[in-house]
Amino acid sequence: MFDIERWQEIFETLRKNKLRTFLTGLSVASGIFILVILLGFSKGIENGVTSQFQQDATNMITVWTGRTTKEYKGLNPGRYVQLKNDNFDMISQKYEDYIEYETSLYSIWGGTISYKGESGNYRIRGVMPDHQFIENADISVGRFVNQSDYNENKKVAVIGNKLKTDLFKDEDPIDKNISVFGMNFKVIGVFYDPGGEREENQAYIPISTAQKVFNAGDNIRNMLFTVKMSDNFDDAVALSQSISKGIEDQIKQIHTVAPDDTSAVRVYNTLENAKQIYSLIGIINAVFWFIGVFTLVAGIVGVGNIMLIIVKERTKEIGIRKALGALPMSIVGMILQEAVFVTMFAGLFGLIFGLASLEIFGPMVETFTDFIKYPQVDFNTALTSVFLLVFAGAIAGFIPAYRAAKIKPIIALRDE
Amino acid sequence: MIQIKDLHKSYHMGSNSLHVLKGINFEVKEGELVSIMGSSGSGKSTLLNILGMLDEADTGQYILDGFPIKNLNEKVAAKYRNEFLGFIFQSFNLINYKSALDNVALPLYYQNIKRKERIEKAEHYLEKVGLAQWSHHLPSELSGGQKQRVAIARALASDPKVLLADEPTGALDTKTSYEVMELIQGINDEGKTILVVTHENDIANMTKRIVNLKDGVIIDDSTVEQVRASQYV
Ligand SMILES: Nc1ncnc2c1ncn2[C@@H]1O[C@H](COP(=O)(O)OP(=O)(O)OP(=O)(O)O)[C@@H](O)[C@H]1O
Ligand SMILES: [Mg+2]
Repeated sequence: MFDIERWQEIFETLRKNKLRTFLTGLSVASGIFILVILLGFSKGIENGVTSQFQQDATNMITVWTGRTTKEYKGLNPGRYVQLKNDNFDMISQKYEDYIEYETSLYSIWGGTISYKGESGNYRIRGVMPDHQFIENADISVGRFVNQSDYNENKKVAVIGNKLKTDLFKDEDPIDKNISVFGMNFKVIGVFYDPGGEREENQAYIPISTAQKVFNAGDNIRNMLFTVKMSDNFDDAVALSQSISKGIEDQIKQIHTVAPDDTSAVRVYNTLENAKQIYSLIGIINAVFWFIGVFTLVAGIVGVGNIMLIIVKERTKEIGIRKALGALPMSIVGMILQEAVFVTMFAGLFGLIFGLASLEIFGPMVETFTDFIKYPQVDFNTALTSVFLLVFAGAIAGFIPAYRAAKIKPIIALRDE
Repeated sequence: MIQIKDLHKSYHMGSNSLHVLKGINFEVKEGELVSIMGSSGSGKSTLLNILGMLDEADTGQYILDGFPIKNLNEKVAAKYRNEFLGFIFQSFNLINYKSALDNVALPLYYQNIKRKERIEKAEHYLEKVGLAQWSHHLPSELSGGQKQRVAIARALASDPKVLLADEPTGALDTKTSYEVMELIQGINDEGKTILVVTHENDIANMTKRIVNLKDGVIIDDSTVEQVRASQYV
C-alpha cells in the first residue's frame, strides 16, 4: 500500500481539488465533532447527576402505619396498626450491624406552648437522641435531647428558632421553663433547620416523656433508621432495599397484616428514589446514544453520498486514465486511498477538536450547573466512530469506483 | 502492424440493435499514415475505438504487432493500451486539474517510471510539440490547438507502436488543423504508424493512404500522393 509515487499522485489530486477535499473533510470532521460533544455531554450529565445524588443521598428508612385494607387470617380490614416500643427494639436489635442512627417518634401536631405572656400552637415531637443526626438539625445554643433525658423521661425541650423568637424575643431561652400542655418543660437548646421556618416551628422532647405526658403508653407513630453507606452505591441500594423489605415483613407478621396490604404498613427508603434517578440517567444516556448513532448513520450516508458524487464526477477521468493504460485496481486503489486519507485525517481532526473543546468548555459549563461534571468521551468509542466512518466511506467509495473502473474505457470517456 | 479480419460490431439499445461494422478487413504496415474517411455514422469512430482497445469487437480478428487482441484480461489490456497504443481524441480528453506537463507524464506513471524521469520525458515531448513554455499551464488556459498538441505529446510519451487519432482537427480552425497535421506528418516521418479519422479531404490528402467506409464496410482503399502540411503553415 505504501507507494511513494501513488501518494504523490494522491496529494497532487487533493491539492488541485481543494474545494472537494475541504467539503468532504468538513462533513466528516463536523460529524465526528458533533458526536464527540454529544457523547461528552451525555457523560457529563451522568457524572453530574450521579455525584449530586450520591452527595445528598442519605440512606434513610422510614416506617409508618395506617389502617388495614385487606382481610387477613380472619381479621377484618380497617384495623389500625399500632407500632409499639418492642417493635422498634426488635428491629433495632435485628439490624444492629447495619444501622447507623435510629429513632422512634411520637408527635403531636398542635400543642399549646407558652412562656410568660406569649403562647402558640406548635408541633411537638417525641424523639430519641439520634434524631439530631438523622434530621441534620443544627443546634445553635445549648444541646439536643440526650440519652439520660430519654432514660429518665426528663421534661426537657429543644425548640426551633422560630418558636424561640415567637416566645422569647431576644431573651436567652436556655434553662427557662416553658409550659407544654400545662406542664413545665425546661428549654435545653435551640435549633436551626436547613428546611426553613416550617421546620423550626416545632419542639423536640424525649419520646419517653412524650409517651407519658400524652398518655400514649408504649405506642409510637413512626420509626426512622439510617443505614451506613457502603462505598459502592449499588451495594448501598441493594442493602437498603433488603433491610426495608425485612422490616416491612416483620412488622406485618407481628401485627397480622396481609403481605400485600400496602397501606397498613409502609416502609420507605430514600435510596429507592436515587434508584429512579439512576434509571433516568440511563434514559438520558440512551437518548444521547440514539442521537449519536443517528448522527453517525447520517455521517456514513453523507460520506457515502460524497463518494458516489466524487466517483461520478471523475468517471471521465477514469476513462482517460484507463485509455492511458491504468489498471482497474490502480484506479480503485487511488480513489479509496484518497477517500480513506481524507476521511481519516478529517475524522481525527474532528475528534481532537471535539476532545479539546470538551476540555476547554467543559469546566466553563460546569460552573453554570452542578448537573454537568467532567464531560468526557471514552477515547476508544470516539476512535471507533472515526474508523467506522472511514470504513463506511471506503465501502461506499469502493462499489462505484470498482464499477467505474471495470467498464470499457469508451463508456467512461463518453460520460459528461 | 495491424491486421483485422471480418470485424463485426453492433450496438444494442433495448430491443433494437444497430449493426455498425459489417465485416471489415484491412491491414496497416509499420510506418504507414492512413486516413479513414466516410460519412457521419459510417462507423469510423467505432472502428478506431476497437483498434485503440477502448471498445471491443463482437466477432472477427484483430492482431496488433503480432499480438492477437481477443479476450484479454484487464491487466494485459492495460499494458497493451499503455505500451502499444496512443490515442488522440477530437475533444482532447486532458485531465483538467493537471498541468500540461503532468498530463503528458501520466501514461509514464502507469509504466511505473520514477517521477523525475517522467518529468524529463514529458518535457521532451512537450518541446517536440512546441509547448515547452506552456508546461505548467492547465488545459483551461490553453487554446484548442495547444490542447491538441498536449494530447499528441501525451500519446507519444509512452512511445507507442501505433498512434490513433479520431478527428484530431475536428475542433480546430483550418490554420491550426494544418499545424497539427504538420506535427503528425513529422512524427510519421520518424517511422511511427498513424491512423487518422477525418471528414475533410484536405486533411485526408495529407496522409499517404485513404480508407473509405460506408455503411460499415470498406468501399475504397487507395494510396495517395501526400500533401505536405508545411507548405500551408
Ligand atoms: N454507444 C453507442 N450506442 C449506440 N449506438 C452507437 C454508439 N456509438 C455509436 N453508435 C452508432 O453507431 C453508428 C456509428 O457511429 P460512429 O461514432 O462510429 O460513427 P462515425 O463514423 O464516427 O461518425 P462521425 O463522423 O459523426 O463521428 C452511428 O449510427 C451511431 O449512432
Ligand atoms: Mg466519429
